[in-house]
Amino acid sequence: MKKEKRDLILAFESSCDETSVAVIENGKRILANVVATQINSQKRFGGVVPEVASRHHIEQITICLADAMQRAQITYDDLSAVAVTYGPGLVGALLVGVTAAKAVAFAHHLPLIPVNHMAGHIYAARFAGEIKFPALALLVSGGHTELVYLPKVNCYQIIGETRDDAAGEAYDKVGRVMGIPYPAGKQIDELAHQGKDTFNFPRAMLNEENFDFSFSGLKSAFINTVHHAEQLHQELDQADLAASFQQSVIEVLIGKTAKALKKYFVKQLILAGGVAANTGLRTAFTQTMQQFPQVDFLQAPLNLCGDNAAMIGAAGYVAWKGGQRADLNLNAVPSLEFDWIK
Amino acid sequence: MLKILTKDFAETQRIAQLLARLLQPNDVILLKGDLGVGKTTFTKGLARGLGINHRIKSPTFDIVNEYHQGRMPLYHLDVYRLEETGGSDLGLEEYFNGRGVSVIEWPQFILDDLPATFLLIKILRPTTVIDDSRREIDLLAVGNHYRQQQTKFINLLKKEFPTLTYSLVTDPN
Repeated sequence: MKKEKRDLILAFESSCDETSVAVIENGKRILANVVATQINSQKRFGGVVPEVASRHHIEQITICLADAMQRAQITYDDLSAVAVTYGPGLVGALLVGVTAAKAVAFAHHLPLIPVNHMAGHIYAARFAGEIKFPALALLVSGGHTELVYLPKVNCYQIIGETRDDAAGEAYDKVGRVMGIPYPAGKQIDELAHQGKDTFNFPRAMLNEENFDFSFSGLKSAFINTVHHAEQLHQELDQADLAASFQQSVIEVLIGKTAKALKKYFVKQLILAGGVAANTGLRTAFTQTMQQFPQVDFLQAPLNLCGDNAAMIGAAGYVAWKGGQRADLNLNAVPSLEFDWIK
Repeated sequence: MLKILTKDFAETQRIAQLLARLLQPNDVILLKGDLGVGKTTFTKGLARGLGINHRIKSPTFDIVNEYHQGRMPLYHLDVYRLEETGGSDLGLEEYFNGRGVSVIEWPQFILDDLPATFLLIKILRPTTVIDDSRREIDLLAVGNHYRQQQTKFINLLKKEFPTLTYSLVTDPN
């Protein structure tokens, strides 16, 4: 029997809180995806996090690498290329992954593939199905909220983004006010299902002509409401608060995305990023997509919505196929972003 | 300490924009205030004053956003996420000693890692009225360099905002 040719990508991700190394076969199959995170190992409240410190990444990265190679049951000779997140993120954190990737590429004479972290998030969806171009991606995470147009493979163009806070950040900050521990998204999501939208928080920028978002006003409206009630010694229904907040976020995300789908005739809508794990958002999107029967709806798998190296391997694979290469001068680019659509 | 009362977010931004005129490389501004009080709004004004036309977004997640489009770099730091870990491992001094201006939101979380002199700006809600966008902005200069800057800033305010409400309060200690 003829064996199918295997292209194996070794991928590194260390842009923020997670240190991760993965081995991906043919851009779509995970042989190993090791993620080291400190989210559960540290007690913390409201605030958030992390050992973003590079020291943590340095401690973890070689362990993750050895573990990933072992789980994938491969040797360095089996690899086709090394992919790495080089931005956006925290410079000290990024440099750990970039340096590790360079070391492996140099030692084993492998091509080095630079990957934009955001392209990685989009390609997490590749593990749920094939990406069909032109596509539109809604990326929602703790650090980003953007609508990205993908006219063809390896081409990413921003059509809209948040002007202030990311959607995930709004969840965490509102969570702090409600006394919900970080990360607050999951618990607010669960609470929201038990409550009703009674507070009518603002739906920012929904009626504007652009595709931008704003969640700072919603955050302030929420905080004002809670503080005001505290001053009057009123008890607010936590479930209704959560439901009202979540409904505002969902309506704005869906409203803007639906508007974009009417302007850009795409074959597929991709939902990705940490907040894409929110069940309220997923359900609402699945319903809305019935209005667009001609558009395929692809959601990143739940376990790949957060930061991980598997998604970097998937994006790195298409970049490698497209001939993208970096040399050993590759540096971290903390403020890396996609170009805006012309 | 200089106390300024602004009537809305736009005026808060214009004040910040004016302050930007006086900023020099290596300057460090600590920006304090509750969630949603307008710290990032203030920073947007500073950025505009530095000639940065790029969009200023919340740096909470990435901790540092760098902007190199203006007359000097702006390092916009938000150490909100470092409440329990501090900033000792992050190499923040590279920003403070860099070629630009550092603006640090939630500086109380990295007290051990801050430089000895700085301009502290506190943004407060003067009333308890919901949706009131009036703000009190308190400036406290620590160190000679920042005290001189504050004096120059008061002169600028007199010239550019003759109707603005402000007062000088004796510095605590």
